[in-house]
Amino acid sequence: MKPTNIGAPDYFHKVVDCQWACPAHTPVPEYIRLVAAGRYSDAYMINWESNVFPGILGRVCDRPCEPACRRGRVDKEPVAICRLKRVAADLKDDIRPLLPVAKQTNGRRIACIGAGPASLTVARDLAVMGYEITVFDGGHSAGGMMRSQIPKFRLPDQVIDEECDYIIGLGVKTRFNHWVTSLKATLAEGWDAVFVGTGAPRGRDADLPGRQEAAAQIHVGIDWLSKVAFGHVTSISKRVIVLGGGNTAMDCCRSARRLGGDDVKVVVRSGYDEMKASPWEKEDAVHEGIPILNFLVPKSFVHEQGKLTGVMFEKVHAEYDAKGRRSLLPTGEADVLMECDEVLVAIGQENTFPWIERDIGLDFDKWGMPVLDAKTLQSTLPKVFFGGDAALGPKNIITAVAQGHDAAISIDLFCKGKNLQERLPPLVNLVSQKMGIHEWSYDNQVSEEERKKVPTKALASALKDIKIELELGFDPHLACAEAERCLNCDIETVFTAKTCIECDACVDICPTECISFVDNGEEDDLRGRLKAPATNRDQEIYVADGLKTGRIMAKDENICLHCGMCAERCPTGAWDMQKFLLKLAHAGAEVRRT
Amino acid sequence: MTYLSKPKLFRPDTPKNALGYTRRDYEGAISTLCAGCGHDSISAAIVQACFDLDIEPHRVAKLSGIGCSSKTPDYFLGNSHGFNSVHGRMPSVLTGAALANRDLIYLGVSGDGDSASIGIGQFAHAMRRGVNMTYIVENNGVYGLTKGQFSATTDKGSKSKRGVVNNDSPIDLVALALQLGASYVARSFSGDKEQLIPLIKGALHHRGPAFIDVISPCVTFNNHPGSTKSYDYVREHNEAVNRLDVILPRDPIGASYAPGSLRRIVQHDGSVLHLRKLGEDYDPSDRIGAMNHLQERHALGEIVTGLLYVDGSAEDMHRHLNTVEKPLNQLRDAYLCPGSKALDALNASLR
Repeated sequence: MKPTNIGAPDYFHKVVDCQWACPAHTPVPEYIRLVAAGRYSDAYMINWESNVFPGILGRVCDRPCEPACRRGRVDKEPVAICRLKRVAADLKDDIRPLLPVAKQTNGRRIACIGAGPASLTVARDLAVMGYEITVFDGGHSAGGMMRSQIPKFRLPDQVIDEECDYIIGLGVKTRFNHWVTSLKATLAEGWDAVFVGTGAPRGRDADLPGRQEAAAQIHVGIDWLSKVAFGHVTSISKRVIVLGGGNTAMDCCRSARRLGGDDVKVVVRSGYDEMKASPWEKEDAVHEGIPILNFLVPKSFVHEQGKLTGVMFEKVHAEYDAKGRRSLLPTGEADVLMECDEVLVAIGQENTFPWIERDIGLDFDKWGMPVLDAKTLQSTLPKVFFGGDAALGPKNIITAVAQGHDAAISIDLFCKGKNLQERLPPLVNLVSQKMGIHEWSYDNQVSEEERKKVPTKALASALKDIKIELELGFDPHLACAEAERCLNCDIETVFTAKTCIECDACVDICPTECISFVDNGEEDDLRGRLKAPATNRDQEIYVADGLKTGRIMAKDENICLHCGMCAERCPTGAWDMQKFLLKLAHAGAEVRRT
Repeated sequence: MTYLSKPKLFRPDTPKNALGYTRRDYEGAISTLCAGCGHDSISAAIVQACFDLDIEPHRVAKLSGIGCSSKTPDYFLGNSHGFNSVHGRMPSVLTGAALANRDLIYLGVSGDGDSASIGIGQFAHAMRRGVNMTYIVENNGVYGLTKGQFSATTDKGSKSKRGVVNNDSPIDLVALALQLGASYVARSFSGDKEQLIPLIKGALHHRGPAFIDVISPCVTFNNHPGSTKSYDYVREHNEAVNRLDVILPRDPIGASYAPGSLRRIVQHDGSVLHLRKLGEDYDPSDRIGAMNHLQERHALGEIVTGLLYVDGSAEDMHRHLNTVEKPLNQLRDAYLCPGSKALDALNASLR
């Protein structure tokens, strides 16, 4: 194998699995160390810069970081990254003095349509630079789907208010209760650029026999959740069936449980493991006494003169073809009738853009999605940019934030008349953490604690009021113990071949047998010849040549604990622990003069 | 300086041996030797050998004297019996232990000071008595604990870290062991575990005194130009006579070798030593040939390594002394005190 170029920004970034997996590339270990140190405001600000909504995401993020967490590969469970973010938000001081102040106006006017996470991210990034931002939303306050679809027992309003207000406080103008009905008309208002962050507002319906007749007792999940969120729906019948296996289905069933549903079931076409809902959301639902029934495909809504009495399901099983594609085939058993009083349909979300005229030069593809440059998020109408669920289909909040950052860069470049493709690479830095012999500026002792559970309200009382937040969040002690579980993957093992004397001290001490000194070879061959075979192909092998014996140093990055033992036992300092910092270049970033 | 203990987390796919132990289960406390010490590599090799051989940790007794090397038994086999004895007296303490309980596997760990200076007499007599043990000398040619004076194994003409030349003749413990009757004699290098681990395995399966001289560079005091026990010098002058594979009776028949390239030596317990020849023909069953080869090569400045001599059918001290089979602590009163009738019979036989 060729020697690894550790100067490439991506190399060590990939080693920080959580940061790599995060769409916004939040420097996770950095803020976790600050949480452990009790520096909650600083931890919050790192998050705020990167992901804009730490308090919200600390409660409801889809957490792509946690399945990626290295701890999950060597221990039972990953670090509770998401909930540590919430700790920073919960325990911080007043951070308003730390917020940036908007520069003097540059005279450019930008319209952001929709007040969800993508629009607000664009607003924040650009407002600071002096752009005049106006956010339009049909609702009476900011937050978008974070406010309308996520139940209050997971995400209370005051958290949304606080973090939206930080952005609006930068001088962002708002036009709430203003439903934009025509992009053409908006464009005619002379904006320098328009950002569309209108989400995926339409819930998919289940078009089955009986749907029309029993319409009064059948609700589309996200519409129902929004009615619940704004207090238009305050109760539900005793027996409820939720159709669908995504996170919306989980929100629906748990909301129903709190509004009077005693017998709430979730019925899913697929198997339990293949459900789209995050594992922790499924667990939360099960914990609240909601059964999840799998491999049942709804066939019809059963009703008596328009009054729903149940849903008929066909039993299926999964079969996989040679390519691993799944098909659900009937088992041949008798159909199952499940009695119920109301049904919530949570089987997906769709984009819809009825307010965008099709004759203004903004092209849509055959699925009704705007044609965009995936990198710049610019539409075929150069002035119009998209982000969030409206751009590339429904994803999640953190993706919307990441796209907001990208769109903000594009809008800035567009307004300055620059090439949108020429975007700055991230700022990266590597700094030694050595403080002395066996002394590092990070706590390199690997915690052996198990993942901490977030304390919750007693279920009996929590189920009584849909507005009571179930989770209480970590207290400082639990937070510190959980934070200590972080392996500090951003403190990188950096090897210098020319000082290595090949004494094997690092090989002998490494608790996970990551390091080998072997003869070079092709990657497949080399992976099998290491001290412990490197079977995880998603993780790189760090190769360095230039050793006296002609061998190479090969380190499997897969389950390195970043404990620094190799560097502690290295007599010549050939191994060093260096902190890798990666900061994305957001809108307005400039090349640093060095 | 504080020493963090090694994290307890390990690879989820970490292999287990026949006893269900991982390699980590054979480790000891964290080493407090200097970073990069060759001794730590030897400890790791012992750990690997015992793991590979499925040795039950409680069946091993590790004994040592005084010195950097003699500290190391704390750093491996944390679940085995240990005795850190007086300076240079490991062989006699081990001999006593072996006499009292022949069921254990005896591993003596010593250094060049402990064995070639203060304990040379003890070393000599353990060899000539045929104590059934593995005797590892971690040989760095320097007194590390007392800041780097020349030891008795320092080569004549080699230089100390401060440039002083050693004028005394060196003691070659391998030559002594050969002469004194050790029945398994090897030399290796801490920086070459591929060679060292099988040598330790073969020694642990050998009956009789198995001696391994392991050159183990002292990174702090003896790893500089002018030293003949530095990593660089040993790598440049290492002349291995053979490569060893230890084949246990339970092992499947594995690789095939070209005719004439392999020598098989069967030990008393059925383990087989496969010696792959390297370079010129070397006969590891020829004690005198081994001594000659050693002297010739040493005169050329080379360091001969590998399994230099082995007698697979050697006998040990227990056989010579016709000792009782059972460990002494398992002998019951009735056996130890057979009664007045037996005494009478004994007395009568002497009249």
